[in-house]
Amino acid sequence: MNGFVSQFAGALLITAGLALVSGFVGTSVGLLLAIAKHTHTSRMVGLITAYTTVVRGVPELVIILLIYFGGTALASAIAGRYVEVNAFTAGVIALSVVFSGYATEVFRGAIAAIPAGQAEAAKSLGLSAWQRWLLVVAPQMWRLALPAYGNLWISLFKDTALVSIIGLTDVMRVAFVGAGSMRAPLSFYLAASALYLSLTTVTLLSIRLAERRYPALGR
Amino acid sequence: MDLTMMVEAAVVLSSGLKLTLTLTALALAAGFILSVPLAFVRAFARPALSLSVLAYTYVFRGTPMLVQLFLVYYGLGQIEAVRTSIFWVVLRDPFWCALLTFSLNSAAHTTEILCRGLQSVPKGMTEAAAALGLKRFQTARLVTFPIAFRISLPAYGNEVVGMIKGSSLASTVTLLEVTGMARQMVSTTFAPYEIFIVAGAIYLLLTSIAVKITQVLELHLATDGKSSLRRRTRLKTALPGATTP
Amino acid sequence: MRIVLAGTVFVASMISALPTRAEDARVITIATEGASPPWDGTDEKGELYGYDIDVGLDLCRRINLRCKFVAQDWDGIIPALLVGKYDVIMSGMAITEKRKKSIAFSKPYAAGYNQLVVRKDLELDSGDIKQRLNLSAIDASGKAVIERLRSTLGGRTMGVLRSSNSEAVLKELFGDVVTLRSYDSLDNLKLDLAAGRVDGGLADFFTWRDFLETPEGSGAAFFGPQLNGGLWGPGVGAGLRKDDAELLARFNKAIDAAIKDGTIKALSLKWFKTDIAPGAPR
Repeated sequence: MNGFVSQFAGALLITAGLALVSGFVGTSVGLLLAIAKHTHTSRMVGLITAYTTVVRGVPELVIILLIYFGGTALASAIAGRYVEVNAFTAGVIALSVVFSGYATEVFRGAIAAIPAGQAEAAKSLGLSAWQRWLLVVAPQMWRLALPAYGNLWISLFKDTALVSIIGLTDVMRVAFVGAGSMRAPLSFYLAASALYLSLTTVTLLSIRLAERRYPALGR
Repeated sequence: MDLTMMVEAAVVLSSGLKLTLTLTALALAAGFILSVPLAFVRAFARPALSLSVLAYTYVFRGTPMLVQLFLVYYGLGQIEAVRTSIFWVVLRDPFWCALLTFSLNSAAHTTEILCRGLQSVPKGMTEAAAALGLKRFQTARLVTFPIAFRISLPAYGNEVVGMIKGSSLASTVTLLEVTGMARQMVSTTFAPYEIFIVAGAIYLLLTSIAVKITQVLELHLATDGKSSLRRRTRLKTALPGATTP
Repeated sequence: MRIVLAGTVFVASMISALPTRAEDARVITIATEGASPPWDGTDEKGELYGYDIDVGLDLCRRINLRCKFVAQDWDGIIPALLVGKYDVIMSGMAITEKRKKSIAFSKPYAAGYNQLVVRKDLELDSGDIKQRLNLSAIDASGKAVIERLRSTLGGRTMGVLRSSNSEAVLKELFGDVVTLRSYDSLDNLKLDLAAGRVDGGLADFFTWRDFLETPEGSGAAFFGPQLNGGLWGPGVGAGLRKDDAELLARFNKAIDAAIKDGTIKALSLKWFKTDIAPGAPR
């Protein structure tokens, strides 16, 4: 049993690492797409909407399986030589894609909720496009988006469990292998539940803290 | 990309569609029925009761559904007492295990969604209902719940989409719904891209239909939207200044 | 557009930062299921062990290659080889015509056989469990044995490993009379057999034998004759990509040498307590 304790410890780091990297990449992509959707032509907007619709309408499990098996072929074709996409990378890409799909819509909604007059006022004050986004839109958008954005992080931590199906040694995988080889599914899956619950609890507390620190302006 | 393989996959995967839809529909129905009383308790009951409902929703919303499914399926099956009880008739079957897990999970999410809806029903509404002589249950049934449901509808639409997608996990406990059929087919044809793309397209179709239905329902139930405005103007002339679309 | 470009560059740079194909560094990656002991299992440190691993490491020593074993679920083990996740499969995999369409096989490094298992509390007549039935050469008495199995198993629920030969055989012989359930791993099938969710299953003899000796497995017993041939082909071999002819030739040479000097026999006795080296007398 001792061996499994250290395995779970290592797996917890992998699960947390997977979520943090995917969340960071997904947030960046989501932010870029939301801004693009706000400022670009209708064709661009159509493309981004198609992306978020597909990503949010297909099961995370199917996206992960598709990227794990299809990713190697695609990456090799782009790079022009053989490129290995391992389970961790496939997991990061798949979860980033999922996260960005939802984050785009959350950020877009938050940007749309900021009165248009504000950007116009900033423009008339002579602020450049960068300054308008950074000084006027971003601080308000961030506060408006925070509750929904926090929920995305909780979903993300739970979705990492699906990556175990393609063989990444995360918390779920250790539980799966342990449950089978020790023939003790109850204790192993209970242990996994407790670990996931503590991860999502930490996430939830961080979000509550952030919400208190950055309440929506003017409310 | 092999087109004949994709056509073949579309035919094979469609045979799993019935199970996907059955699991989703039953889990959503059971989850909803369970969540209505729980949401009232969570929103209005004494702290001790409300907190025990919160404990349930917190655990189910804070852990992956895959873990819950394996816990119910493999975990409960390990306990001798469960295997000798009458519950084993149900828990023995992977379909019922999946349905039980999905229902409990959906109930947890729906409880929180409805609870937020209930809490945002304006106090004045229930007070008005009381003033009209409605009993507490009547108020809940005729006033509070319909308004809360309308408020909750967009979030509940997301839960429906989530359940359609979540039903794909049933493939991990030997059930052959759409994803199960897809994995089965990949393992014999060794053609993962074609088959998973087709599987993704099937789910996209299902979730798009669910989104559309939610939108139509939202429009239909809206009291301050355009549709009701039209209805109102037909009945009587609009109040001056009150019609800003 | 700029944003899309930036995104592509970002993803591309992330991918190219990853290590390239294992062969460049002369390290061969071998995949195994890790859930079918004594062929291949996973211990509580998460390390792989078993006959496949021991034979694989011995073959690598003979051809002067550094080898690394990785675990991969059975139903994706061939697709992942084809897309290059690893170079070799050594996972008790039988050499079959169907698999040969997708991948190349080495010479057999074991000649295994398979058997049905059913729960004891069903009190079915198991027949002669020491009898051997080669599905490639079924005579009249063989037909009679299968008919008897069909009538005894009718209406039962039988478990198999997803995309295994046992699954194909069970479908072919009993598909119309039993309910088939396919599992992600044999360990999970064993859990369900112990819980009584399935009435029995078909899998490799040695995997069953180890399981039946455990307390959880004590509720089940062998059923019917030992089966080989047919869809199971000539034995168990290492699977490689078809374009890897050079590596295949080196593996074949090493297997020949390992059979000749008795290494395969010794490892077979160590893990299976029986000599199942190819060509060993029965």
